[in-house]
Amino acid sequence: MEHALQNEKTTEDVALGIRRRVFEHSIRNNGGYMSQACSAAEQLAWLYNEELNLGAPTLPMIPKPFEGVPHKDNPDYHTGAGYNGPVAPDLDRLFIAPAHYALVAYATLIETGRMAPEGLEMFNKDGSSVEMIGAEHSPGMEVHNGTLGIGLSTAAGLAYGRKLRGETGNVWVYMSDGEVQEGQTWEAIAACAHHKIDNVKAIMDVNRQQCDGAMDSVMEVGDIGRKMEEFGAKVVWVDAHNIDEMREAVKTPHPGQPLIILANSSPFEGMPTLEERFPRLHYVRFKSEEERARFNTEIAASLGIDPIDYAH
Amino acid sequence: MVEMVSRPYEAAFEKHAMAHDEVLCLSADLTSSCEIDKFRDNHPEKFLSLGMAEQNMMSFAGGLGLAGYRPFVHSFGVFLYRRPYDQLMASIAYPRRKVRLMGFLPGITTPGGMTHQAIEDISVMRSIPNMTILETGDATEVESICEAADSIDGPVYCRVLRGSVPRLFDTPIEVGEMRELETGDDILIVSSGITTEEAMRASAALKGAGVSVRHLHLNTIKPFDHKTMLDHIASVKGGVITLENHVVDGGIGSLMAETMADNGVGKRLVRLGLKDTYAHGGSRAYLMRYYGLDALALVQGIEDLMGQKFGITEDDLSAARVEAVHSLVKAEGL
Repeated sequence: MEHALQNEKTTEDVALGIRRRVFEHSIRNNGGYMSQACSAAEQLAWLYNEELNLGAPTLPMIPKPFEGVPHKDNPDYHTGAGYNGPVAPDLDRLFIAPAHYALVAYATLIETGRMAPEGLEMFNKDGSSVEMIGAEHSPGMEVHNGTLGIGLSTAAGLAYGRKLRGETGNVWVYMSDGEVQEGQTWEAIAACAHHKIDNVKAIMDVNRQQCDGAMDSVMEVGDIGRKMEEFGAKVVWVDAHNIDEMREAVKTPHPGQPLIILANSSPFEGMPTLEERFPRLHYVRFKSEEERARFNTEIAASLGIDPIDYAH
Repeated sequence: MVEMVSRPYEAAFEKHAMAHDEVLCLSADLTSSCEIDKFRDNHPEKFLSLGMAEQNMMSFAGGLGLAGYRPFVHSFGVFLYRRPYDQLMASIAYPRRKVRLMGFLPGITTPGGMTHQAIEDISVMRSIPNMTILETGDATEVESICEAADSIDGPVYCRVLRGSVPRLFDTPIEVGEMRELETGDDILIVSSGITTEEAMRASAALKGAGVSVRHLHLNTIKPFDHKTMLDHIASVKGGVITLENHVVDGGIGSLMAETMADNGVGKRLVRLGLKDTYAHGGSRAYLMRYYGLDALALVQGIEDLMGQKFGITEDDLSAARVEAVHSLVKAEGL
């Protein structure tokens, strides 16, 4: 087990660092995926800082610029998976299924020493590989997941192949609850159960939010835990902001079944001021300089830092 | 008498799959319809049933590709791109996974009507970056499709014939090589898939009427050898005619139009195929006649192209027919 980069900070500190970085970035850029940092910080911190068995990064700490898409004339193409370490039989893999969580995922890479802070300054800049919606070539990404609902299926295929090869590493998927509106998610769970693909493990950010607003107002999805169990997954509910519950949940035996940890989260955990914007939290863009300034002051205080000195 | 070969895919796939550890067999509830039921029974360790769930199957296949496998995905062609188009793009085509999409019942070779007839698959696949497209036109090409497809460094979509298939050729598919079936110099006929047999029949009758026909059969539609095709176009005095089991937009007719326009070739082009229309359910022979995809339609198209009438009748074409090929073939069942 190689944990070279892990545990230099506590997972709680990593989570706080994720929120601070996403907050700072959003204030400087007049908006961002702040709510996703609120709901996901502990989950991604726990995965990277404790649970995932990853090697040291194989790509430069400061990400290279965009080097082209996969093409027969682009033989040097590679994905951003190297930020999660090398591919090896005993190591885990991670897909970030909701690719719009990229900003949060990049912040996690920085907090766990896998990417330099400069990487976040390249976010969404023309010619950069640090894309707004995580692409295959973006740091920490291995597949395209920008269309929601395809991540778990890809993980299932990879996991089946790894089992065939006798590999011991797991395939982890970070999911969002909006994905359960896509039929493919249910197809994937059924396929995992039918083929006993139990080296797939997922943790889902159940923040009950989606682009249009609260999920219940967009399309109700019912008792997703029960539905997943019926489709053949082993399901465990946790408090998304309680790391001990995640630590316990992952110990749940699930032979012959995929494990899905449903993480009940708050979309404004750690940044209570964001609640004002409920239920439009998908991408928070400030409505005025006054609002931006007030959010800066209030959220900085919530996160225990000085307000960001941003360019007006 | 042309030999009819029964279920050529069945044995060819088994042979190829068993010779390559990384090849897996995926199916979406059309296992016997895709002639892989014996394979399922004989080699369950290499067979994955993924159910009527094509969206998952495509991304799953992409995941297998990421794990170093080369999955052969079996279904009717139409089910491999219409519903799971997004998954085809994101999980297979973009990352250049070595997924082999084996699309059965191309075009109007099924009586299943609109929902089952892949009439725009080539058009769709041609516009997908990184995709290779192969099409089988006889039993020998079906027998060699697995090896040809598996030689591609990236994803490949194949139009595969099933059931009783005529043997027209005695050499396997060589990816990228078009077959020169006639080398005359009046007009150029370009065909692929099941229309090649029709074109062979028409060209025999046309030769009898004194027309010097050049006939090319395409089994590799993408990538396409524009340079060789330009030489063939330059070799005929008259124009070019295409016959395809597909809509005329985006298929081999369009391919020829693009090749000619891109290179300033000022010759006439007649494109035969489905003309901005869906088809309906019926037998292959009926549909080919009804929609103008058969030898008679080709002769009429050539008369238009050359501005002459040749007096070739249906009886002439029947006589030229490679002997009762279709009398042995029942309407394709589902």
